[in-house]
Amino acid sequence: MTSTTTPPRAEPAAPAPAPARSRSRLAALLGRQPVGILFAAPYAVFLAAIFAYPLVLAVWISFHDYFFAAPGAQVDRPFVGLENYRTVLSDPDVRQSFVNVAEFLVINVPLTVLLSLLLATALNKAIRGRTFLRVAYYVPYVTASVALVSVWLFLFGQAGMVNQVLGGLAPDPSWLVNSTLAMPVIAIFVTWKQMGFFVLLYLAALQNVPKELYESSQVDGAGRFASFRNVTVPGVRPATTLVVILATITGANLFTEPYLLTSGGGPDGSSASPVLVMYQKGIEQGNPDVAAAIGVLLVIGVLAISLVNRKLLEKD
Amino acid sequence: MASTWLRRAALFLGALLFLFPFYYMVVGSLQKNPDTSLAGAFPTGGLTFANYAAINSRVDLLGSLVNSGIFTGGVLLGTVVFGVLAGYALARLHFRGQGTLFATMLLVQIVPFQLLIIPIYVMIVRYYGLADSYLGMILPFAINSTAVFIFRQFFLQLPEELFSAARLDGAGELRILWSVALPLAKPALLTAALLTFIGPWNEFLWPFLVTKDAGMQPLAVSLANYINTMAGRAANPFGAILAGAVVLAAPAVALFVAFQKHFTASDLGSGVKG
Repeated sequence: MTSTTTPPRAEPAAPAPAPARSRSRLAALLGRQPVGILFAAPYAVFLAAIFAYPLVLAVWISFHDYFFAAPGAQVDRPFVGLENYRTVLSDPDVRQSFVNVAEFLVINVPLTVLLSLLLATALNKAIRGRTFLRVAYYVPYVTASVALVSVWLFLFGQAGMVNQVLGGLAPDPSWLVNSTLAMPVIAIFVTWKQMGFFVLLYLAALQNVPKELYESSQVDGAGRFASFRNVTVPGVRPATTLVVILATITGANLFTEPYLLTSGGGPDGSSASPVLVMYQKGIEQGNPDVAAAIGVLLVIGVLAISLVNRKLLEKD
Repeated sequence: MASTWLRRAALFLGALLFLFPFYYMVVGSLQKNPDTSLAGAFPTGGLTFANYAAINSRVDLLGSLVNSGIFTGGVLLGTVVFGVLAGYALARLHFRGQGTLFATMLLVQIVPFQLLIIPIYVMIVRYYGLADSYLGMILPFAINSTAVFIFRQFFLQLPEELFSAARLDGAGELRILWSVALPLAKPALLTAALLTFIGPWNEFLWPFLVTKDAGMQPLAVSLANYINTMAGRAANPFGAILAGAVVLAAPAVALFVAFQKHFTASDLGSGVKG
């Protein structure tokens, strides 16, 4: 990351003419080009209103007995300490949703890292039909989940094509209504949908791996697999950190798939995600305080996983 | 070489597997009666547009598309106007608070939007009463941070002489941005616009929360509601659902295929490598 902040210009030692001096004092206060503040202001206001303030509000709500009231009504919302967090942590639905998202991540993240790196390595070579291949692998990423879920509902339904092909081997109960298989199906769906984006990240990272490393590993008599393991994998390690973090965030955000594909996190909540439970508790059942506590826990979880990842993957 | 051949075969087979659901979406949307056997995926005749008429009678396709378009257009406008200004300031100007703004922009990318959904819902719907309005839909997405990042990285790569020369000529920063930097930034603009487009066009959760009035819902929301509530009652629900899915997917896929060469590692790479 290149730093763009440079210290303001040093004050001239000799006494400068008055306008220049006041100008440099202004520069010390506002920076060398104060007009930049004007340029950046709309975005700064946007971040404050849509990111910073809601983040604070989420924490505030989670520590209070908060409920929806008519606009303008003066209502008492007493401080309740950790009460909402106790409610959340003792709620079996919430616990189940956290277990579910863990199961999701265990399937989705390694699969995503492995497949997208392999695909990127293969696509990085000049081969015929590369444009077609790129389009094929990216296109699920640019398509709406709602549209893709429609096809998967059709494919993986009780009488769907997948079961037709499997015949006697079809799982019973069927995929989306099977409490063991619902979450893995969602994890595979998301892996397929997001793959293109991660292939793109790895392709960018591969441009930075020095070609000489491959040549010298070939001179050393390493096979293709050995040079993949000894050159490619270490070479793209920073990208791997990024991919793991972004895939984890995607997992923490999971909503549309359990809402539509397994009709509301079914069967029996076995594919409910934390965001789905947040929606059910916060908006449907009108307990925004409990839902905010789930959100805060998830943010902490995501940040913790991101930090651990950086430590683990960048240790050497 | 045999192994090269094997690799190519595997790549193409994988690509077909990735594409199959898209093919199946289109075929299913054109079949009067769903045929889920393997042979049914390759029909020899009897294709019809009846499912498109069916979904259109249940969901106001044109109205939903217009809503999706306004939602997406608003986000694109906000991102291109304010995002370019912010990206330029972050890359080329020195001002107080620059470092904080840059750090916040990076932090935004790792705190998932969905997790802020409750406070944002409280603010937009309860404080400001913006439920069932385009403004309420657009606001949380108004400036795409990834696009700001792409703009910043692009402006950062331009040679400094370009800017110092223009400044010596007495041009103001807005003038420099408009006549010097922007004409060079077309590839970055296109990449960022494509990336920004797929956000709101495909977004489900937020518009689903803000719009209760069916007349205000973008297509992703009205289609999802159709899947959830009315599917059981229709004669051929999957035909109609898949027809709706094709209509929802087509604009994004078409734009992507048309501009796919701007969606490459080198265009995004500058944004990714930081």
